[in-house]
Amino acid sequence: MVRGLIPDPVARQPWQVIVPLTLLVTFGSTVLYSAGGGSLYPWALTHFLRFFVFLAMAIVISRVRQPTFKQLAYPLYGVVVVLLVLVEAIGGIAGGSQRWLNLGFMTLQPSELMKPLIVLVLARFYDDLPPSMTASWRALVPAAALLGVPAGLIIIQPDLGTALAVTFGAVVVVFLSGVPLWWFISAAVVGAVAAPLAFFTVLHDYQRQRVFVFLDPAKDPLGTGYHILQSTIAIGSGGLFGKGFGNGSQSHLDYLPEAHTDFVFATMAEEWGMLGGLFVIGTFAWIIHWGMRVARDAPDRFAQLLAAGMTFTIFFYVCINLMMVMGLAPVVGIPLPFMSHGGSSMMTNMICIGTIMAVENWTRQAPRALS
Amino acid sequence: MIWPFRRERNRQTLARHISSGTLTNSFARRRVLVGAVQGGVGVLLAARMGYIALFENARYQMLSESNRVNLSLIPPRRGWLLDRFGAPLASNRADFRVDLIPERLVDTDRTLAELGQLLSLTAVEVQDLKDKIEKSRGFQPVEVATKLDLDAFSAVSVRLPELSGVIAQRGFVRFYPTGPAVAHLIGYVGPASAEEYEQDRNPLLITPGYKVGKDGLEKEFETTLRGVPGARRSEVTASGRVVRELDTREDVPGDPIKLTIDGGLQDYAARRIGLESAAVVVVDCHTGGLLTVASMPAFDPNGFVGGIGRLQWKMLNEDDHIPLLNKALRGLYPPGSTMKPMATLALQQHGVDPEERINCPGGYRLGNRFFRCDAVHGSVDMRGAIEHSCNTYFWSMAHRVGYDAIAPVAKLLGLGQQFELPGTKQRYGTVPDAAWKMRRYKQEWTEADSLNAAIGQGYVSVSPLQLAVMTSRIASGRLLQPSLIFSQHKGESAALPFTPEQLAVSHDGMFRVVNGSGTATASKLQLGDIQMAGKTGTAQVRALVSRGHVGDWKTRDHSLFVGYAPANAPRYALAVVVEHGTFGARAAAPIARDVLTYLFDPGKAWDTLLAMEQGWGGTPMERMEAKYRAYAAAYGTSAPKVGDDQEVQETITQADNTEVPAADAAALPDARPEEPPSPGASPSPSPAASAKPTPVTTATPPPAADRPAAGAP
Repeated sequence: MVRGLIPDPVARQPWQVIVPLTLLVTFGSTVLYSAGGGSLYPWALTHFLRFFVFLAMAIVISRVRQPTFKQLAYPLYGVVVVLLVLVEAIGGIAGGSQRWLNLGFMTLQPSELMKPLIVLVLARFYDDLPPSMTASWRALVPAAALLGVPAGLIIIQPDLGTALAVTFGAVVVVFLSGVPLWWFISAAVVGAVAAPLAFFTVLHDYQRQRVFVFLDPAKDPLGTGYHILQSTIAIGSGGLFGKGFGNGSQSHLDYLPEAHTDFVFATMAEEWGMLGGLFVIGTFAWIIHWGMRVARDAPDRFAQLLAAGMTFTIFFYVCINLMMVMGLAPVVGIPLPFMSHGGSSMMTNMICIGTIMAVENWTRQAPRALS
Repeated sequence: MIWPFRRERNRQTLARHISSGTLTNSFARRRVLVGAVQGGVGVLLAARMGYIALFENARYQMLSESNRVNLSLIPPRRGWLLDRFGAPLASNRADFRVDLIPERLVDTDRTLAELGQLLSLTAVEVQDLKDKIEKSRGFQPVEVATKLDLDAFSAVSVRLPELSGVIAQRGFVRFYPTGPAVAHLIGYVGPASAEEYEQDRNPLLITPGYKVGKDGLEKEFETTLRGVPGARRSEVTASGRVVRELDTREDVPGDPIKLTIDGGLQDYAARRIGLESAAVVVVDCHTGGLLTVASMPAFDPNGFVGGIGRLQWKMLNEDDHIPLLNKALRGLYPPGSTMKPMATLALQQHGVDPEERINCPGGYRLGNRFFRCDAVHGSVDMRGAIEHSCNTYFWSMAHRVGYDAIAPVAKLLGLGQQFELPGTKQRYGTVPDAAWKMRRYKQEWTEADSLNAAIGQGYVSVSPLQLAVMTSRIASGRLLQPSLIFSQHKGESAALPFTPEQLAVSHDGMFRVVNGSGTATASKLQLGDIQMAGKTGTAQVRALVSRGHVGDWKTRDHSLFVGYAPANAPRYALAVVVEHGTFGARAAAPIARDVLTYLFDPGKAWDTLLAMEQGWGGTPMERMEAKYRAYAAAYGTSAPKVGDDQEVQETITQADNTEVPAADAAALPDARPEEPPSPGASPSPSPAASAKPTPVTTATPPPAADRPAAGAP
């Protein structure tokens, strides 16, 4: 950065992340413009404007001091767990599954909030845990409870995708906290044994079906396998340079399901080809790399775990979504951050970004505090 | 991978105390690992994308194109069938139609209910539709409705997105302007059956609205009439909505086929039959071309186009007039006295002097049996014998020259023969002889058999077509070959081996039947100079009935008439057979008169017919509709299901008018000689006409052996 020429408040902003984010969101809006039939409505414009609203929110979050984060971790977590129970109760009364609360001015999906919150609460927990206890059961059981309650509530909604995202975010925080590695190895072994059992007992029929179809999409080309097949066709037919802006037949003729949300990457790849795909993957790599670097440079344990966990939550979104659209993972309803149209996912991801930006701020302030 | 952790684990086991420093180190190592996993996933994703977008690009591009572009066939317009003047007997009518493809139905009952409401289908129609869906094999389109008006069509069209599997389109539908009049001759069309599709995997066969010939000429000339389908490439959405047309190739209509049939005459003859069960065949005496091959009652081929419904099928099968039988070609009847003009030619050929007189005392004695004639005719010569239909004359003469002299001439003139007529399924009946009887019944030929055969009773059975051909050959003196296809006429036919004088005797006799004091004087043509010559015939159906013209319809005699006009210069020859019509002069001759009148003065003929039709309850179409309504009211949806396509075709092919009670068939024809007099006089039933057609080798001795004998006078 050229310090002297740019006013300090501007230069202090984390341009390292704002630039790639803006690129992604702009590109996302372009794709949504095409998916909307060459129109700013209904998706492209709201997507673009919404980003700036949430960017402002992220910058606000980034100004919050570390003690405040620590103080709010448990209360916020408690509130969201109560909201999850509330959702379940209302859904039960209304008869049928429900994932959101109608707050009047907006619909709130508490499970979305849980994704960054689980990272926050676990970071707080391991920060508080005396290092000597890290290898004892006291390092694991409370953490398992902290994760188990919300994950269980989400899974009975049922929302497998979100439950997985929450779990993976939490597991990564536990992993980075330094608990003994053999726990993970035995957990992996137990998981390998338990997964098939869970597959046939816990999962819902439609979820099981998705897995079967993922393993063999051709089995049911007009049913559940349709999504995977059409998405692969869209990406595959794009080639190196794509069919050109506005020429994606798969998305425009409705062969691609959810062309503006979960399958927005396929919509993009059809029109922009391999080059567009590399641009998107590259930009995400840039953002993830930034997040991991922030985690590396973070001044203390809480900040480290927080930044790495948030980064991983974003990464998990990207990874699962891209694997799904390319036929490497079953269809789970997880949107692509910053490109898919949708407020909830944008909000969650921008909370993650804001938190990482906050950690970056603490890092910048820490040396000065020491000197 | 193992390296950073083993050390860490050792340290844990060695020293349980973990400081914040060790945790920071651990975080650093594990963060690197997580970063590496993330990087690996990134590379994996990029590689996967490269694989499908670059290596498999061609394949996916093709899949994407086949998604986007919908290639639909445009069924070709079927070639027209034209009459000799170029008027259509079968044409195509522009049509709004709705089909459905059972395979693509999501909720059959809901869709049917909605369609039923939109198109106001009756319960019977909905039931027929369900039958058709059940029978189809998923990919086969099922016709819901045709001939829709624009309102109903648009009503369905706008709902198409919710009615998956339903197709509304503009197309062409086969149209037979005269309906039942041409049913047996032309056949009908229908959707290709599953069997047909399995044989020929042509996607055209399962294109909604496409029909193939199922019977008659429609089936025989399928390849000529079919034409070449057009194609339409359009861009469609996933739900099947057409976004835009890309390009269209027009269909090439099938070639028309011109027939020798006179459409007006065919219609007139069919309608003139009225409430009777009858066949009329008219032959052009110059060319042998068939002007009319009518058999009524018949089915309406227009109703078969979309597949036949339960009630229609019940109606057709329960009718004792056998509408499914083509009586002109497949009905077999004893010719009775209509054989007599032919017999006179055979007698003359064997040296009988036409002026020789035979006394008819009212019958003929053979051994100890007496064969009774209709009346006491007194002294008759050959002409008089035809005029008054005197059996005694023919019995005496047949006894003299032998029946073996008559059978070859009968065959030469066309009786018991099959003709080369495309698209027809003829039965050739029987012209019996000793060898045939031995083979068939393991019995010796008797004198009584000869006498019966000589007057067209006993074992003899022929079709109306054969009678018409026989008449045309007698009238023209030529070996006319009947034809149906207009261009097929090939020059002059060979002359018959009879002298003009011999022919003149037969002609005179036939002239006097109508215009002298004969049996059909009531049916003279009222056309001034133009006169008709002919011969009546009355054929016994059952031996045991006291009189052949009273009692149950089923047991009454058949009424026959053969004739030609003008008598002095034969132009048209015809045969009329009215099943159970009693005397030849009563039922058949008036039909013959009116049909021939039509050829010379159509206006006059129509006046006669239209007056009659008022008494019959309208045109055949109107009568069928009235009957259908009565059936719908009586049976509703309770009628049994229609068999599959093949079964329907077989029923039509195998329809049969021959019913021979076993007891009668067993009785020998000459066992009861002293029957009360009846016009046919023979006591025998017609066992020869029983179920199976006789093999051609049986009925027809090799012509080579036949001709020289016939040629020797």
